[in-house]
Amino acid sequence: MVKKFGELTDKEYEKLGFKCGLEIHQQLFTKEKLFCHCPAGRYTNEYDAEILRHMRPTLSELGVYDGTALMEFKTKKNILYRLNHETACTYEFDDTPPFPLNDEALDIALEIAILLKCNLVSELHIARKQYLDGSIPTGFQRTTIVGIEGTIPYKNRKIQIRQLGLEEDACREISDKGHLRIYKTDRLGMPLIETVTYPDMKNPREAAEVAQIIRRLTRVTGKVRTGIGATRQDVNVSITGGTRIEIKGVSRIPLIPELVHNEAMRQKALLEIKAELKKRKLSEKSYKIKTLNISNLLKNTTYDPIQKVIKKDLLVNALLLPKFKNILSYPTQPEQTFENEISDRVRVIACLNTLPNIISSETKNKNLSQKEWKTISAKLSAQSTDAIIIVWGDKQDSETAIKEIEIRIKEAMEGIPSETRQALANNTTGFERILPGPNRMYPDTDLPPISVSPQRIKKIMSGIPEFPWDREKRYRQMNLPQDTIIPLITSKYSTLFDKIVKNLKIDPVLTAATIIQKFKHLKREGININNIPQPEIYKMFEAYKNRKFAKELIPVLLEKMPSTTFEKAFKSLKIKSVNIKQLQSEIKDSYAKHKKTLYKPKKKENIKLRTERFLMGKLMHKLVGAIDGKIINTELKKLLPVLIKQK
Amino acid sequence: MADDYKGYRGKAKDTLIEHKVRVWSDVVIDSTRGEFIGIILPRSETADDKHIVVKLRTGYNVGLAVDTIKRIKEMSYKEAIYKIPEKEFPYDPKKPNVKLLGTGGTIASRLDYRTGAVIPAFSPGELYGSVPELADICNLNTEKLYGVFSENMGPDQWRGTAEAIGKEIKKGIDGIVIGHGTDTMHHTAAILSFMVQNSPVPIVMVGSQRSSDRPSSDAALNLMHATKTAAESDIAEVMVCMFGPTSDEYGLLHRGTRVRKMHSSYRSTFRTIGDIPLALVDNDKITPLKTDYNHRRKDKKVTINTAFEEKVSIVYYYPNMKPDIIESLIDHDYKGIIIAGTGLGHVNKPLYEPIKRACKKGIAVYMTVQTLWGYVQMYVYDTGRDLMDMGIVPAANMLPEVAYVKLGWVLGQTKNLEKVKKMMLTPIAGEITTREPYDGYLIYQGGLPEITEFLKKHNR
Ligand SMILES: [Zn+2]
Repeated sequence: MVKKFGELTDKEYEKLGFKCGLEIHQQLFTKEKLFCHCPAGRYTNEYDAEILRHMRPTLSELGVYDGTALMEFKTKKNILYRLNHETACTYEFDDTPPFPLNDEALDIALEIAILLKCNLVSELHIARKQYLDGSIPTGFQRTTIVGIEGTIPYKNRKIQIRQLGLEEDACREISDKGHLRIYKTDRLGMPLIETVTYPDMKNPREAAEVAQIIRRLTRVTGKVRTGIGATRQDVNVSITGGTRIEIKGVSRIPLIPELVHNEAMRQKALLEIKAELKKRKLSEKSYKIKTLNISNLLKNTTYDPIQKVIKKDLLVNALLLPKFKNILSYPTQPEQTFENEISDRVRVIACLNTLPNIISSETKNKNLSQKEWKTISAKLSAQSTDAIIIVWGDKQDSETAIKEIEIRIKEAMEGIPSETRQALANNTTGFERILPGPNRMYPDTDLPPISVSPQRIKKIMSGIPEFPWDREKRYRQMNLPQDTIIPLITSKYSTLFDKIVKNLKIDPVLTAATIIQKFKHLKREGININNIPQPEIYKMFEAYKNRKFAKELIPVLLEKMPSTTFEKAFKSLKIKSVNIKQLQSEIKDSYAKHKKTLYKPKKKENIKLRTERFLMGKLMHKLVGAIDGKIINTELKKLLPVLIKQK
Repeated sequence: MADDYKGYRGKAKDTLIEHKVRVWSDVVIDSTRGEFIGIILPRSETADDKHIVVKLRTGYNVGLAVDTIKRIKEMSYKEAIYKIPEKEFPYDPKKPNVKLLGTGGTIASRLDYRTGAVIPAFSPGELYGSVPELADICNLNTEKLYGVFSENMGPDQWRGTAEAIGKEIKKGIDGIVIGHGTDTMHHTAAILSFMVQNSPVPIVMVGSQRSSDRPSSDAALNLMHATKTAAESDIAEVMVCMFGPTSDEYGLLHRGTRVRKMHSSYRSTFRTIGDIPLALVDNDKITPLKTDYNHRRKDKKVTINTAFEEKVSIVYYYPNMKPDIIESLIDHDYKGIIIAGTGLGHVNKPLYEPIKRACKKGIAVYMTVQTLWGYVQMYVYDTGRDLMDMGIVPAANMLPEVAYVKLGWVLGQTKNLEKVKKMMLTPIAGEITTREPYDGYLIYQGGLPEITEFLKKHNR
């Protein structure tokens, strides 16, 4: 059986030869896109026009088509791009050559490359990396290496960084049904950095922890985008005897451990299948699969998916897999068997994406009747050690499907096919595409190389932020509330926080609580905190420092500040600050006013405590914002015994 | 060997020599910015002499500043050899025979992944390797006439191409495709319309706006459309076959004398001006849009007339143009001037004197419009009448570039101004039309609600 996540110890992962590397994609916070002047970060579902394109593989150096390229061509997809007037220009749909690379984006990328301790490149060369799925209308992504061979500290060792690249983001997919795939082009072309690590992570937990560190490292710059889809992880996994498999587009770091565990287990299962097939003396060179059109045999079937197909006059084919018994039903992932591997290929490559798209003699779910299976078996002269797969679709798709099933079956005899996989909802993965070969990178002849001067690097160095791990240490020493430390490290307000604490000498705990907890709370209430310029927030703390108002008023002021300045918000509160002397006389007045009329203590009650609480309420009500509640309380505690005695 | 330092010069070349490495050396470079491992690539001739380009193991290229380099150690040497895979183009006696004449530009090519150099595919075998669909259409033969960029096409190449076409027709070819760079494709299309007359078969010019080393290239589809047109079409004229919309949907067949490149980079850059295109072509069929074209014939007769006078110029008029512009053409012994005038065909007063002088000297001066759409009409205003009195001849709705090549062609045959005028104003290949259809001028204005609706509904 496939072991579930959590059932393996670190030692066991080590024994498996588990290795995992990360590619972390992070959008940069720039005004414009990377190679054109369209605004970055503006998303919309509205569109004004659509353009139809196809992707055609280009010949590689050795005269062979790249594996992925060929697969995408086999799928014969029509690709529709949706264009919005505001978010895309003629560059996005490849009718205008690129404009010069966005300097703002390059500066941010360089800053992060320096944080990753990378060797910096002196002259950037823009490359084209082919993608034939249509996610980029040119058929390639413009990408460039900014730095290589960096490191980040992790536990008591170092994780090596292979490279930091700067590249354009791809389209967002809207749908992919049959032979039509639809994309929107708003995200296309936004600047993105890709941090690639070596496969240095030795168990699933480490993968997530290192991802988290890299994420924080990019965020300390305050110049990267946050929110849904702004950071995306590709994770590659291999085990001894296995193949490097890439899991694409993992949206959340906490999902990583279980995903990579399941992938490692899938590889283990596929290796076991390989061993079993070897034992049965099956080899990809001599294996023959018999195919038979069985549309007529199933003319009267009541099995719904096939009944529908027969009605539409499409084809139903049966494939006889000699000596393949119990392989299709071999578990590969939680609730998945080898049959899923085949169904995946048929779905993606033959575009037969209504599931189920195949059934087999080992399918658990109810399908054809016993009698129907018997007839098919007999027609194929199947032996008891064989397996049968049935697939259906139009003529062309059926042909592609049959070919693809054959390919996948033979791959099982070789081991684990190189492919990229997508993360599915239940933390398993599904086939996405064949892993692209090394022959998909070539120089972009549209743009000249860009020289990165020592002066430019020097300037960036001078503004480099503190490492997140150093920042964390410092915050812990300040005794900040636990739940504010991590958010503050990567917060865009972290520099402001340091300035307030250092220059104004305000209590770091109060400052952190305001910036992290209060802000979060106010945001939840719909207050647009992001609209308040940071200098205004600083002014507010400065006024607080000068005792212009009490800390209870901070949220009240913040609530007003998104639409006005601090000065105006403060004036609108019409508060006069109160000094200690004035406070003392307020306390005396209040005691005098209330002692006879309202105060009637019951027996056994602590008279002093009761009075104190009562007066505190009265004073707070009158003096809110004028002076800190804490100070009122201290003074009241000092004065009350005196006043009571005076009675 | 000179290629050992391909593209490197100055300090960069010295650095390579100093460290005893060359292009294609697989090296470890120790620099002040850290260690870099990869293969030294050739450098573009136009790039500076301060960097060495290295292809890293990941496939990315990076440039390393020579003044950061401390040490370079060669580990091995791997020279790249490029060859396009050739597969024999299948022959089917039932299929029409098409000849592809190459003048330059890349309709098909493959890429050298190490240098990024584009290697054109041209032999039938190479083309079959990259666009196998061509074999479903015809039997293809190819001949490379020239290897020049479109802007370098000129009278010599035009003559040579016309003569090559003549030869093929006499041999009994079923259709001709001419591969051409897109920038001046409409000039060549126009002159071939005059130099090759009465062709019995289609002559189809084709190119690409996105080179064929790109997965989204228009090259393969254009080539398929052009080949299909040459093989099957009933239209025996010189045509330009390029994308209709920017979407991968269909190509348009434009008459050689009415077509113009209208956008510097769009796929659908070619447009028929002042008329509608001849036909629409996709992978399944050719759909004529016009009926008045020359039909395909079975004979092998064709008239080739490659006369050309090179001393002809186009003057694109602008406000405040000075007389010396025209004067310098007169002084340099030009025989013909095409003016692209404003509006209905006007220039300013200060040009009157030199124009008068030009006409008196026997220079053929013709007026066209820089609006591209519409006819010259010089009777409407006094200024126009004055110009005609001096000897300027209005060239109806001939496009300026078409008038230019036609005047060169006519002056190549006669210098008699009366004969020149007669030939210029007698349409030979649709360069002047007597009527402009209402849909011959349609430049939709983006942003209008009805256009927005149209664009949302159709993939254009
Ligand atoms: Zn744009």
